[in-house]
Amino acid sequence: MFRRILRQLLYAAALILAVLVLNFLLIQLAPGDPAEVIAGEMGGASAEVMAAIRQQYGLDKPLLTQLGLYLGRALQGDLGMSYFYNRPVVDLILSRLGPTMLLVATALGFALVVGTRLGMLASRNPRGIASAVVTVLSLVGYSAPVFWTGLMLVILFGATIPLFPIAGMIDVVKQGGFLSRILDIAHHLVLPALTLGLVYLAQYSRLTRASMLEVLGADYIRTARAKGVSERQVFGRHAFRNALLPVVTVAGMQFGAIISGAVLVETVFSWPGLGTLAFQSILARDYPTVLGILFFSTLIVIIANLLTDFVSRLLDPRLAGGR
Amino acid sequence: MTLPPAFSRRFLLAGAVALTALATAPALSAQEAQKGGTLVLASVHKPRHLNSAVQSGVATAVPAAQIFATLLRYGEDFTPQPYLAESWAFSDDSKVLTLKLRQGATFHDGSPITAEDVIWSLGVVKDNHPFSSMLAPVEAFEAPDPQTVVIRMTQPHPAILLVLSASLTPILPKHVFDDGQDIKSNPKNNLPIGSGPFKVTAFELGQHIILERYDGFFLEGKPYLDRIVIRQYQDANSGVLALESGEAQMFPLLDGTRLIRRLEKSGNLTVTDKGYAGIGPLNWLAFNTKHPALSDLRVRQAIAYAIDRDFVTKALHSGLSKPAIEPVVQGSPFYTEDVERYDFDLDKSKALLAEAGYGEGGKKLELRIDYMPDIEEQQRAVAEYVKAALAKVGIAVTVRSAPDFPTWSQRVSSYDFDMTMDQVFNWGDPVIGVNRTYLCSNIRQGIIWSNTQQYCNEEVDKLMNAAGVEPDLAKRQQLYAQAFKQITTDIPIHFINEVPYHTVYSQAVQNPPVSIWGTMGPMDEVWLKQ
Repeated sequence: MFRRILRQLLYAAALILAVLVLNFLLIQLAPGDPAEVIAGEMGGASAEVMAAIRQQYGLDKPLLTQLGLYLGRALQGDLGMSYFYNRPVVDLILSRLGPTMLLVATALGFALVVGTRLGMLASRNPRGIASAVVTVLSLVGYSAPVFWTGLMLVILFGATIPLFPIAGMIDVVKQGGFLSRILDIAHHLVLPALTLGLVYLAQYSRLTRASMLEVLGADYIRTARAKGVSERQVFGRHAFRNALLPVVTVAGMQFGAIISGAVLVETVFSWPGLGTLAFQSILARDYPTVLGILFFSTLIVIIANLLTDFVSRLLDPRLAGGR
Repeated sequence: MTLPPAFSRRFLLAGAVALTALATAPALSAQEAQKGGTLVLASVHKPRHLNSAVQSGVATAVPAAQIFATLLRYGEDFTPQPYLAESWAFSDDSKVLTLKLRQGATFHDGSPITAEDVIWSLGVVKDNHPFSSMLAPVEAFEAPDPQTVVIRMTQPHPAILLVLSASLTPILPKHVFDDGQDIKSNPKNNLPIGSGPFKVTAFELGQHIILERYDGFFLEGKPYLDRIVIRQYQDANSGVLALESGEAQMFPLLDGTRLIRRLEKSGNLTVTDKGYAGIGPLNWLAFNTKHPALSDLRVRQAIAYAIDRDFVTKALHSGLSKPAIEPVVQGSPFYTEDVERYDFDLDKSKALLAEAGYGEGGKKLELRIDYMPDIEEQQRAVAEYVKAALAKVGIAVTVRSAPDFPTWSQRVSSYDFDMTMDQVFNWGDPVIGVNRTYLCSNIRQGIIWSNTQQYCNEEVDKLMNAAGVEPDLAKRQQLYAQAFKQITTDIPIHFINEVPYHTVYSQAVQNPPVSIWGTMGPMDEVWLKQ
């Protein structure tokens, strides 16, 4: 037991180190550097200013020296200062983590509940109308690019029928108490969460349907029916619980990929999360911030995998035994 | 259309008189203006921090002009007006500028603004601002008494009056910022204590900036607004939606002409192109003059003749952008009609190409054109048009796109390009924003918006340098006119159009910011009809 935990920790540490080194080198391959971006943002800068910026961030040092310095600091828990925003990277990331978690958790929760229900519905009568409708809609939802879905929702519910705000997380102009702020955030959350949720939802309903149909053909279901268990029980308890396994695995993986899932949606809706920050940092060649975000997302992936493992064991006693 | 010279001069004179009268008249009597209200300004610019002493560019300039006062300000023409300085005078040799400060002005923390703060701030700008030409000729800033500032220069520097305005030389509280830290990375730049009409109370990166009325502002009764909220949007489309839904009341620096045309039709929004003479934004086609084919003047001229500016301004930009024919915009005091224009002429273009040995019977000319990413109508669309236009005279053009700004910027600044579309701002005075593109001494590899065309003509350098130190406006105009004539003759750049920046605002907004600096100047006179 202890050795297994140790092995997993070592594996996680190696993974994080590999991710940092690889990404450090990858982002250096992108043309241009932070000095160019800062000069561009300033409408031009003199040679002296450019040289000062490059010197300030150690960009004039050899690449391996830069990497060594970075890793040395990262090992001490110092992710450095953002080149572009001139604030500690950790502060930037922590201030953005909450909004992203809120967005992704809402989208995932909505998709899990509604998606599995629809999948079950479709599996009751695989040749029926409900099944056909769910299948087609899932296919559309799954194939539509997430930013397109977002823009369509913006046009529909932000512009044509202006029901929901289309940018940001909170209306700073309105001033109110705690409750009105919560409501305001919820109001802003609807469109981005729906956009992201629809993509996940389409996946879960298809997955649940396929998985249910597979399970329903299994021997123990036939046994249950032969025993005279009601159809409701067969569906709800025997089949659904087993059919959920692949859905949980996929959902866990998606929660791990929280940042990549959020980048596009957050960008469309100016949601103040890690996705927007990642996008802006890459454009700004803000190396420390990009690496910091990747470091965090690697951590999240590892934690999400452990949790998925745990929930799968709960659902399936066969996994809990043995190893 | 050109007017007969006598008429146009008289007309201009009358205009100047009228403008001066406008500029000196109080903008509006105080009884009429209503106090209070929150102005929400939609923006697509995301500043890094708010201290414009060490950071140029529009993103920081708009909030900084509200947070910090400057010594001078400008109205709708290029005549300086008192702001923090109530009077100023040059010495006879134009090398010393003496300014008298207003009594009783305070910073947002209540401490008085003294000459000491002013000369310290100017020193910070001189040492750190990206536009090093602004204060380069200054050798000393002096404060003989708390209300007097003396600026000593090694040579006459008429541009200084413009430099002392907008957000170029903000006045900072020395006792706050002079804390031993590097001013460029000082955390106080995020929520700076300033000297202007509004104090900043919140700055969420990429989200919003909240500016609250400063009650102790030195201009009696101003500002009128309680608050300005600058909300940042991902792109112009979302910003425009916010205007249409009433979420925002103003959108400056909007250059999407289809969007502007759409907003013009809406009943409760006003669209104006005033407020951009200071920034002087140009959209142009730049040549790499060291390219084997493009080093031939005839080839550059041929390319220019093959491009129809009217098509760009009327078809691509819905008739909203003005043609550009020289290094400054039409609103600049140094604009001149007497330049080489290269009006559309396919026959001339073909003849010049043939003369240079290309086209039918000659060598095939193949060129690449780059453009700044994410600027659709002004950059990408024009680059695509250039490709089509040059195909008509037998030049094969490949449009090379860049995924993001640093990619394009690195190509251009390392001279890895044949031709590129570009957008460059005048910044009010040629010494600040124009010289950099043409002077031989500014061919600096690795620096974007330096002389990346690698164009060098000693004659042009002489004229521009002489104009920079000429205190007499009429003589200065003449020198620039000669320089621009020479530049357009040599054609290192083919000028295409002025960027059609517009400000869109709701009917409630009164006294919209239409000075030469627009929203990059103080908005202490803007008010909302409630």
